[in-house]
Amino acid sequence: MAFPVLSVIVFSPLVAAMILLLIPAERKTEARGVALAAAVFALLLSLWVYFSYDKTAAGYQFVEKYAWLPQLGISLYLGVDGVSAPLVLLTGIVMFTGVLISWGDFGEHVSAGIQDRPREFFAFLFILASGVFGVFVSLDLFMLFFFYEIAVFPMYLLIVIWGWIQTREYAAMKLTLYLFIGSVVALVGALAMYWVAGQNTGIYTFDMLQLEKAGFSASFQNLWFLPVFFGFAVLGGIWPFHNWSPDGHVAAPTAVSMFHAGVLMKLGAFAALRVGIMLLPEGAKHFQWVIMLCAGVAVVYGAFIAFVQTDLKYMIGFSSVSHMGLVMLGISTLNHDGLMGASIQMFSHGIMTALFFAITGMIYDRSHTRQIPELGGMSKVMPFAAIGFIIGGLVSMGMPGFSGFVAEFPIFMGVWKAQWLVAVIASISIILTAAYIMLAIRRVFFGKMPEKLEGHITPITVLDKVAISTLCLLMIVIGIFPSIMVPMVETGVQNILRLLGV
Amino acid sequence: MFTSTSFLSILPETLILVLGVILLVVEPFWKDENRRNAGWLTAGGLFATLVISLLIGRPGDPAPALGGMIRFDWLGFFFKMLFIFGAGITALFLMDHEKVGQRGEAYVLLLASTIGMCLMASSADLVMLYLAIETTSIPLYVLAGFMLSDEHSTEAGFKYLLFGAMTSAVMLYGFSLLFGFAGTTNLYSLAAALQSGHLAGPVMLGVIFLLIVGLGFKVSIVPFHFWAPDVYQGAPTPIAGFLSTASKAAGFAVIARLFLVVFPDFTLTWTTLLAVLAAVTMTVGNLLALPQKNLKRMLAYSSIAHAGYAMIGIVAISKLGIASVVFYMVAYIVTNLAAFGVVVAVGRVVGSDEYDAYRGLSRRSPWLGLIMLAAFLSLAGMPPFGGFVAKVFVFAAGIQANYTWLVVIGILNSIVGVYYYLNVMKYVYLYRMENEDEEKHPVALTRPFAIALAILAIGVVLLGTVFAPWFSWSSAAAANLF
Repeated sequence: MAFPVLSVIVFSPLVAAMILLLIPAERKTEARGVALAAAVFALLLSLWVYFSYDKTAAGYQFVEKYAWLPQLGISLYLGVDGVSAPLVLLTGIVMFTGVLISWGDFGEHVSAGIQDRPREFFAFLFILASGVFGVFVSLDLFMLFFFYEIAVFPMYLLIVIWGWIQTREYAAMKLTLYLFIGSVVALVGALAMYWVAGQNTGIYTFDMLQLEKAGFSASFQNLWFLPVFFGFAVLGGIWPFHNWSPDGHVAAPTAVSMFHAGVLMKLGAFAALRVGIMLLPEGAKHFQWVIMLCAGVAVVYGAFIAFVQTDLKYMIGFSSVSHMGLVMLGISTLNHDGLMGASIQMFSHGIMTALFFAITGMIYDRSHTRQIPELGGMSKVMPFAAIGFIIGGLVSMGMPGFSGFVAEFPIFMGVWKAQWLVAVIASISIILTAAYIMLAIRRVFFGKMPEKLEGHITPITVLDKVAISTLCLLMIVIGIFPSIMVPMVETGVQNILRLLGV
Repeated sequence: MFTSTSFLSILPETLILVLGVILLVVEPFWKDENRRNAGWLTAGGLFATLVISLLIGRPGDPAPALGGMIRFDWLGFFFKMLFIFGAGITALFLMDHEKVGQRGEAYVLLLASTIGMCLMASSADLVMLYLAIETTSIPLYVLAGFMLSDEHSTEAGFKYLLFGAMTSAVMLYGFSLLFGFAGTTNLYSLAAALQSGHLAGPVMLGVIFLLIVGLGFKVSIVPFHFWAPDVYQGAPTPIAGFLSTASKAAGFAVIARLFLVVFPDFTLTWTTLLAVLAAVTMTVGNLLALPQKNLKRMLAYSSIAHAGYAMIGIVAISKLGIASVVFYMVAYIVTNLAAFGVVVAVGRVVGSDEYDAYRGLSRRSPWLGLIMLAAFLSLAGMPPFGGFVAKVFVFAAGIQANYTWLVVIGILNSIVGVYYYLNVMKYVYLYRMENEDEEKHPVALTRPFAIALAILAIGVVLLGTVFAPWFSWSSAAAANLF
């Protein structure tokens, strides 16, 4: 039997969380060490999965299947395809950089990172990571829900305990309720699929590859598509259910913001794609215009709102809504280009937004403000962070040579093919994005540092630099050599197109 | 007439009775400071009963025993094991209760009540059923009012007695009508008699309603729930835990058997009635839990809501439905006992059950905080804990039976649940004590608590992850009704 790499990836963070909880509370350094080791372990395994995925064979690979509850057709069925393999890697990277950013006591910079109860922080963060990995690799609908919920509830604790004191209680509860409502609504749809598929085929199973072949009637698909798709898409930050997301970003501590925007929102888009579109393709075609409309609004509206924010974190939060709108827009085209772009955008945006939040966190930890007008001249003290932010900004604008271009260009091509008017309107967001990113870069990093901050800003640490350069490097590499990701995603997209019958 | 089957069919009850007698004989000879050991004896004895019953007392094909009074099948057996487990854990929780733990009578009453529950789950005759219900209830009335010097406790006991006596009288009236119509008290002959009797629907509706009054009181569904918050708040906390778990599960065992066996020809009548009651129960329970500031009252309302969720499985009248109810009861008993266990442990040290008493608990005692987190997330229906799987099964059964509207109400309610459960966790994890010196105020756990809570915490996680064996047993129990 081959090494069960996927289940090790999924469960190793859980094991690490258990080990962390057994460490005495006062041994903070040991807790951090264990966390870093676990993160590196998961990152290496996800890299291995990514690079040994056989692009010529395509399909689901590293498949593991263990009967879990045979009476009801529930199995622990894991596998990755061309769409999910990059997302597994993304999770590994964000987990690794998230641990570095939250290190805390490093040298003389005692104000940054997680000081209070790092043991619990990393334990909850890893439970979350475990759920995220689980959703990306689950091929069983029941297990997908199982992991989905595991990925949601630690957010509450992470935000409420370590979050920004002003809004954390409100934001954490809002986020949890939004996501929980979405997921249980989708759950009803999933259960309906289970029974109807069983009646159609005589096999009662949660196996999604079987459910794809269940032959759901058009009326059934039309009935359940919207609840299932939007149930998940809430987590993807789709308009008009995006409201929780910027509040959550702002209230969350840095590493959690990175996870939240970098990975969790992809979870929503991915599950909406995998369950909504792939299992109910007819419903997707029928309601294509609804998704396209909502996604289009999210893209433009998010960009406008981001433009007028003065709080740096709110700005990035709304830019996430806008960029995730692009993912949804790509998905809604239901054609090759759009889906390609959406899949790559999930990865690209995950890296980019993780970088943004990491740098924002570094700035806030030192200046204790996120108000853009109160900041300035940061590039003098933290040039490294400034470069990172600029690279992130270029990705965000979709500059050629960076991963953002590889992702956004196909999306707009796909949208143009599907509905040119939407493409025209959505392209407004590119201009707006350029505007607010440039402005933010100028005001925060250049110009004169306000007197209040003079002398209080300390340089960033080595660990921060490692995290920034890892993230930047990835975006540049994918921008210059799209071939390390495109052919792989291509295989996954072909599979989706086959289900859509295009 | 006293065959080996009939002996085996009441083996757990017999063993518990022996245990009770031993306890009564031995306990008076102990010195005062050793009286607490009655708890070890009770818990150990119940554990032994559990093991012996599982080893030699397992049922084969369903068979009547003791002249048709008892039905020896998996449904009854499985529930018996649950009650014994619940009673054992409760005995451990009782041990260090300041006013109850030193007194042997409490343990004997607990055992008596457990015997009643075991008989409730397996009785196949109206007379036996009524006797079993009373055997269960009367010791519980006493236990609820056990702390005579405490106003709340005596009030709780008295309230519980009044409500219990009244509803059980109403139910007895229903039983007598059934007997009058059918001419038999055996559950398994009643169905046939009622079918040939050509009874009008409205009459049966009336009879069914009378039965629901009595049983609804036991499982505390709305509108027969008024006693629950006051009794839970006033009764000794371990007893409140027992009331809300084992006693409720016993009610569900009776409901499942009674309605599915006796009224298969009137399903539309009682499923509609129960479905409406389930919807109302969930909603009222959850909404009233929202504004609570006392953890015991909150748990009382939440346990009302949980009765509503479980009821979805009953109205589905399918194998999966009943299996999901049984599974729900397992998950619920383990979870809610853990929740009450934490309340007992904290209440002992802090002396209060208000939310405020839980400030900074996660710093005062990280493990206790974690167990509470697991229990509350399980109650809220989050994985990887038992409550999630149980809820999914119940909802799946509801959708299969085309009760989508009921499932949607259930789901809306579970969202409300998430809110108030997490609200408590905020006190545990976020808020701090006045002087922020939690480390100086640890919540010490005595050994019985540590053992019981460890068992329950492992159980909550096991039920939510490795659920196949539990579900198989639940299915085996459910299969006996079809």
